[in-house]
Amino acid sequence: MRQPNRLNQGGRIDRSQRLTFTFNGQTYQGYAGDTLASALLANGVDIVNRSFKYSRARGIVAAGAEEPNAVVQLGESAAEQVPNVRATQQALFQGLSARSTNGWPNVQRDLMGMIGKLGGKMMPPGFYYKTFMAPASMWMTYERYIRKSAGLGRSPSESDPDIYDHMHQHCDVLVIGAGPAGLAAALTASRSGARVILCDEQEEMGGSLLSSRQTLDERPADKWASDVLEELADNPDVTLLPRTTANGYHDHNFVTLHERRTEHLGHTAPSVAGKRQVRSRMHRVRAGRVVLASGAHERPLVYAGNDIPGNMLASAVSTYIRRYGVVPGNQLVLSTSNDDGYQAALDWLEAGREVVAIADSRQAPKGELVEAVRAQGVTIIEGAAVIEAQGANRVKGVRIAPIDVAGFRISGAVKEFACDTVASSGGFSPVIHLASHTGSRPQWNDELIGFIPTLPKGMLVAGGAHGVYELAEALQDGANVGSQAAQETGFEAVSVMLPSVKARSDGKAMALFQVPHDKPTLRAPKQFVDLQNDVTAAAIELATREGFESIEHVKRYTAMGFGTDQGKLGNINGMAIAARCLKRSIPEVGTTVFRPNYTPVTFGAIVGRHCRELFDPERYTALHQWHVEHGAEFEDVGQWKRPWYFPRTVNGKRETMHEAVARECRAVREGIGILDASTLGKIDIQGPDTREFLGRVYTNKWAKLPVGKVRYGLMCKDDGMVMDDGTTSCLAEDHFLMTTSTGGAAAVLEWLELWHQTEWPELDVTFSSVTDHWATMTITGPKARDLLAELSDIDLDREAFRFMDWREGKVAGVPARVFRISFTGELAYEINVQARAAMHVWKALFAHGEKYDLTPYGTETMHVLRAEKGFIIAGQDTDGSVTPEDLGMQWAVGYDKPFSWIGKRALTRPDTARKDRKQMVGLKPKDSAVVLEEGAQIVFDPGHAIPMPMMGHVTSSYYSPTLDSGFALALVKGGHERMGQTVYLPMADGKVHEAEIVSPIFLDPKGERQNV
Amino acid sequence: MFHIYCPYCEEWREEEEFHAKGQAHIQRPLDPESCSDEEWGDYLFFRDNPRGIHHELWVHAVGCRKFFNITRNTQSYVILETYKMGEQPRFTAENPNGESQGGAASADLDSQTASVQEARA
Repeated sequence: MRQPNRLNQGGRIDRSQRLTFTFNGQTYQGYAGDTLASALLANGVDIVNRSFKYSRARGIVAAGAEEPNAVVQLGESAAEQVPNVRATQQALFQGLSARSTNGWPNVQRDLMGMIGKLGGKMMPPGFYYKTFMAPASMWMTYERYIRKSAGLGRSPSESDPDIYDHMHQHCDVLVIGAGPAGLAAALTASRSGARVILCDEQEEMGGSLLSSRQTLDERPADKWASDVLEELADNPDVTLLPRTTANGYHDHNFVTLHERRTEHLGHTAPSVAGKRQVRSRMHRVRAGRVVLASGAHERPLVYAGNDIPGNMLASAVSTYIRRYGVVPGNQLVLSTSNDDGYQAALDWLEAGREVVAIADSRQAPKGELVEAVRAQGVTIIEGAAVIEAQGANRVKGVRIAPIDVAGFRISGAVKEFACDTVASSGGFSPVIHLASHTGSRPQWNDELIGFIPTLPKGMLVAGGAHGVYELAEALQDGANVGSQAAQETGFEAVSVMLPSVKARSDGKAMALFQVPHDKPTLRAPKQFVDLQNDVTAAAIELATREGFESIEHVKRYTAMGFGTDQGKLGNINGMAIAARCLKRSIPEVGTTVFRPNYTPVTFGAIVGRHCRELFDPERYTALHQWHVEHGAEFEDVGQWKRPWYFPRTVNGKRETMHEAVARECRAVREGIGILDASTLGKIDIQGPDTREFLGRVYTNKWAKLPVGKVRYGLMCKDDGMVMDDGTTSCLAEDHFLMTTSTGGAAAVLEWLELWHQTEWPELDVTFSSVTDHWATMTITGPKARDLLAELSDIDLDREAFRFMDWREGKVAGVPARVFRISFTGELAYEINVQARAAMHVWKALFAHGEKYDLTPYGTETMHVLRAEKGFIIAGQDTDGSVTPEDLGMQWAVGYDKPFSWIGKRALTRPDTARKDRKQMVGLKPKDSAVVLEEGAQIVFDPGHAIPMPMMGHVTSSYYSPTLDSGFALALVKGGHERMGQTVYLPMADGKVHEAEIVSPIFLDPKGERQNV
Repeated sequence: MFHIYCPYCEEWREEEEFHAKGQAHIQRPLDPESCSDEEWGDYLFFRDNPRGIHHELWVHAVGCRKFFNITRNTQSYVILETYKMGEQPRFTAENPNGESQGGAASADLDSQTASVQEARA
């Protein structure tokens, strides 16, 4: 197959390795070493996309990360697709398949393009906002269609088959960019003994040296690069990361590097020895010093028709010719404001193609490159620029005119030339993104005509990234910075002999951004500033006329600098145009802020291995396997997996949750049930001042709790709001065991430590989490004593082992602590044994429990049973705005304790003492079949006009098989004074439920059942 | 992501090991009952939000579990020092360069490098 634009020789491609690929369904060929972009250009593919807003045909403009147009959807299947891949950064591989992200039905024949043509004049900035403004309620509808017709890549619709990972790296010196400055810096730092990481986003390290016309030590520049890389690769203290983009610079010299490990090999990562390789990797680097050697991006000139395929950056033209052996056209016109642009003309001529004309905006340019081109007889039009490119799907010709930059007008006759390619160069912009990620504002430099970075602490900069462009200077700069970085990280810097460079004598560059046209900007053909977002010079002019003066506002109004390229090509031109329109200087208009990431990072790399079963730790109790084997359905409680209910199969039919829970509830109320309560937080507290400490953090009294007794406690924050509850047992005079809610365990421990370390360090007390050390099995129901008696040597006599006592003894032959506390309202024993013995004891309980029909129950039954008794769950019935008094739990508050315990003072603040606070009550639905919705709002007058005053909400609601009715706990304004009143719960479907306010204790209000 | 020097562990650790706990040096009034509602409300709810130097309470949650203080610039995110409970900061809004004698050890990037070098030697 022919590659019409491929040169017969030259470039760094491997012509012996032919690769077949498809683009928009068409099959093409390229070579190993190509990027997708260079292969497309070699095949003469002009149109790679349709533009975002106007659907104009767009071609490849650049050769690197700054490419705005050649953004493709990579991959075929729904699982392996990757959106928004820049074709200039994607290595070609056998079988690569890519599609344009925009264009319907396809990029060649685009229907939306008609709209762009017709509507172009009618789509000023803010068009969508202005046109689709009213009625506001319709915006969602409009937006759906607008997004459909616009938009960039599409996210893959199936799960990604690849794996990704993270590595944490530490180094003395991280060098970002392996061009001349970066290589020199890495070389110097590594020879000085520093541990160095050198990363570069391209397929090959070497940067501009790979396509330079200059020689180093009288050899081609890339030879020096490969020598240096060889030395660095041999140094065990140097890590080379090619295909690795430094995407984010974060606080304290923390840098995220995205390494694409296999993207150059296939659509998914290959397997080696049966193991799928990691597709890409995030390196999280903490560096002693960061050397920013990210180089510079060339700025295109802004002229009419500058978006037609065939318009390219001058440096990109050189790169394609010299590095890939691709010459992207036949007849070139160059428009430049500096000497660098002339390299493209020289390379074009060397490739044997015609340079039609060069428009140089300067008067009498005479650098070395200018003279070299002039010597070949090329027409150079001085003081002039391409004011317009013409053509539709490819450039057909240009109009060149002398320009008066100061007056922003053309100053002479327009000449027309036929050509198919326009290269433009407006100079270079340092790539300063990483330097400004943590908030430093870059500074404008008039001499360099660009922004240079303001360096954050710990960062150094070398080479083009701060405007040191000349090769010899960039090498020296890199070496200096490399030795500075080594010194600053504690090494003695060694000097490095740099290669000799034949200095080039360049003429002075001129500041040129937008080229004037023979018509005013607003009436001239479109002059694009931001190609990816279809932002034109006219749009920016209009924005400034409409009163947008700050560049940040102009940016948001016009969408300049949005999208995947983040304004890499267009931002500075846009700022210059805004500055011209506002008659201010560029720095007065403002600087743009760059934020991470520099280029889009695939979610896979961000997530790494933290997905699927490794997304979050799962905690299992010591009895988990038993629950699994007995068919438990599980519920997530924090990170814990807790049995939710244990459905049985009755007559070949599996119980529903409702049926299982009803059966489990009945078992506890009438016989005996067993719960794995191991997840309860347990904190072992020791020290002579433990009692005093407990008295300060709990609302109730602890001074006199005897050894062998257990007490329920409420814990508040100092604002008086309940944060957690639980029981605490006195194990010895200076030794207590606190329990917390399952979800609150970690927070409560930190809370205790906070008060101990910051306010009361004089108290002699220590805390240890023992949650995982003890398994807790609750047996509860009228037959609990009978079962435990069969297995334990503890005296279970109701007078000897009373409610709210705990005893030490043996259960099933294992040392145990047994607590006679109840969360069900029934007779209950919480058996605690060391976790390793849990399964033995649990199975022994079942062996003996069979005759009592010992029934395992889960969290759902636990909730129903506790709610019937009005026992709260902190975090469900409370939400950080509920006091002990709101809960009606004054019985658990020690108002007369000598120390003003945490939360006490706040209870008398006016808001906390209000009578109409939301207070906890029970709700009994008038229709007993109704189970109210948790979270449902409560009103007093359902006939009130909307919005109705909302008087409370349901916090817990269940069906009670014991009551044979729905019932609920709720917080209601002034609820304690409203017993017997009727409230209403209007639902989303229009139904209104009625319920009566009752006591939150639905069952056994005197507590006789647990006291037997 | 911050790099934080734990004054108890005497090591540099990643921010992921720590929890921020709000403004430092908020002392609970010794006799809450004698506070007016306004005084108690100030203690409970009102915190400074300065642009510049700020003292914060942190805890080395997955390390030594000790609470300690950090002097941090809220604009540049530079951590000027970390110091133990009960110690006073060397860097303050009034004395941003930490010019007084003594005080806690500087915890900035350079002393970090120095400590790494010491460890290496």
